[in-house]
Amino acid sequence: MTSITAAPAPSATTPQQAPRARRTDAKAGWLFVAPFAFFYLLFLIAPTIYMIVSSFFNTSLVQGGLGSFAGFANYAEMFGREDFWSSMWHTLQFTIYTTPPLVVLSFVIAVLANRVQRGQWFFRLAFFLPYVLPSATISLIWVYIFTPDTGLWPWLEQLVGLSPTAVLADPSLAMVGIAIATIWWTIGFNFVLYLAGLQDIPRELYEAAATDGATPWQQIRFITIPLLGRTTTLLVLLQIIASLKIFDQVYLMTQGGPGISTQVALTLIANVGFTDNRIGAASAASVLLFIVIIVIAVARQLMERRSERSA
Amino acid sequence: MATPTTARNGVSAAAPAAVRPPAPGKDSTRTFTIVTTVVLVVFAVIWLIPSLYALKASLSSNATAALGAGEVIASTSPTLASYTTLLASGDIWNWYLSSFLTSAVTTVLTVLFASMAGYALSRLRFRGRNLVFLLMLLGIMVPPQVLVVPIFQMLDAASLLNTYWAVIFPQVPAVIAVFVFKQFFDGLPKELEEAARIDGAGYWRIYRQVVMPLSKPVIAAMAIVTFVGVWNNLILPLFVVSNPELMTIPVGLATVQGSFGQRYADIQASAILGALPLVVLFLIFQRRIIEGVAGTGLKG
Repeated sequence: MTSITAAPAPSATTPQQAPRARRTDAKAGWLFVAPFAFFYLLFLIAPTIYMIVSSFFNTSLVQGGLGSFAGFANYAEMFGREDFWSSMWHTLQFTIYTTPPLVVLSFVIAVLANRVQRGQWFFRLAFFLPYVLPSATISLIWVYIFTPDTGLWPWLEQLVGLSPTAVLADPSLAMVGIAIATIWWTIGFNFVLYLAGLQDIPRELYEAAATDGATPWQQIRFITIPLLGRTTTLLVLLQIIASLKIFDQVYLMTQGGPGISTQVALTLIANVGFTDNRIGAASAASVLLFIVIIVIAVARQLMERRSERSA
Repeated sequence: MATPTTARNGVSAAAPAAVRPPAPGKDSTRTFTIVTTVVLVVFAVIWLIPSLYALKASLSSNATAALGAGEVIASTSPTLASYTTLLASGDIWNWYLSSFLTSAVTTVLTVLFASMAGYALSRLRFRGRNLVFLLMLLGIMVPPQVLVVPIFQMLDAASLLNTYWAVIFPQVPAVIAVFVFKQFFDGLPKELEEAARIDGAGYWRIYRQVVMPLSKPVIAAMAIVTFVGVWNNLILPLFVVSNPELMTIPVGLATVQGSFGQRYADIQASAILGALPLVVLFLIFQRRIIEGVAGTGLKG
């Protein structure tokens, strides 16, 4: 630890004034960091450690303390449980349903919006406003739209000559319904990131291409898409991480049902922890989910650093 | 919002529409622009339909809403009945109060503590600074959602369940805010501080009277993003608060579906009332919210 802390040697200060300035700096530094560090240690680091520790114990909500030592039993149980794997599969399913539309659609919308110079406020309102709404509002709206018989969705299906479906009540369609609501809700985030990326592309590139006779489509294909590659990678990774943490829409729209057809990792964890009162087992599942998220988050950091270096 | 945006965060949607020089190859370009506009408007209208439909349903009577989508769309006699019922019942006021208090207090604490930590990490050279930095980097990857079970137990042990603190405290350490502040402070010229130091100002005074006043844009962006994030958080208050009087908007709305049954107009009215403060906030601070969200890269 000391080797890390000793690393920053300020080269700017002259030798004479360095020791004193550094000592006051040190005191002030810790005082400034202290309030945040207090909450950080108490509500982020401590629960993380507690989660890891309790995953090796038969901890329960009904009795205090950690309970008896369980070794890897909680992990073995999770790997052996069918609903653990199905919840992982549903999480993956949700990722597969939401990522391509969220990336492709938001790209298209952003490119179009970047070309159309009028009425920017209107597009921002239409695409970005849903993103700031609470998931509870989104869910109430979409459950209502999907209501069998009386909802807007079955009504539109009938209008175009389809037979109406009970989206959220059908095990094979429920996740699609959740995905549609999510795409509608969060596309504004990707839209905004793409718009920011588009701003960074020098206009001269397009002008040069246009002088060479490139059509708008060719400009998009050979300039816009490759230069937004970094944003696309970032958005895909962010979407995967967000999908791993999906809870709200599922809890509010289907409660994991019908059956367990939409149960995802976090609903499983909440059920095992709060309904079955089995903290240890829930912690083991949390740790497993946590590991997957960390792996992807690290990949994201590495990729960002690499593209920053090359930029 | 007349404040100029920084180049880095200058999200194009926020930037005033620049006049593009007319490109050569006029005719095909013009057709392309028209097609572009039409497609975009169609997309936007599709995107507006769910909100507008919810609004229309909320302005119908429960009886009309129960008849189906055709009747909701066709109905021409809007009524505020659902809104007056909800506002008279009192629940929604409790939810507003809880959401407002928890969001406001968390925002103040997060912005204050994160900016202080960001200032120290950016400006002060002290032993252990790199260790703090490294720990923060690790913490950025910990998803709070995964910690809901251990946090519940800790709050239980501290007898904080069913208090506003249970919703506030766990949301204070938003590590990303420290990094956003640090990055912003890194970009401020050192000369101002040095001048203040020669005048005998201490660190606290420099932070308060030199650094913070220069940081208004980033403070505003962080404050709004934090406020919206806490207001919208479902999973934490869902498990740490069970007293209906302390329920925040998302938790309260989660109970609506079950308890309102087929009162569709009431349900949609409560969905809209729950979102209303955020819609107002969005309309006022569009640019700041978009910058903040794009700048922190936070995705639900």
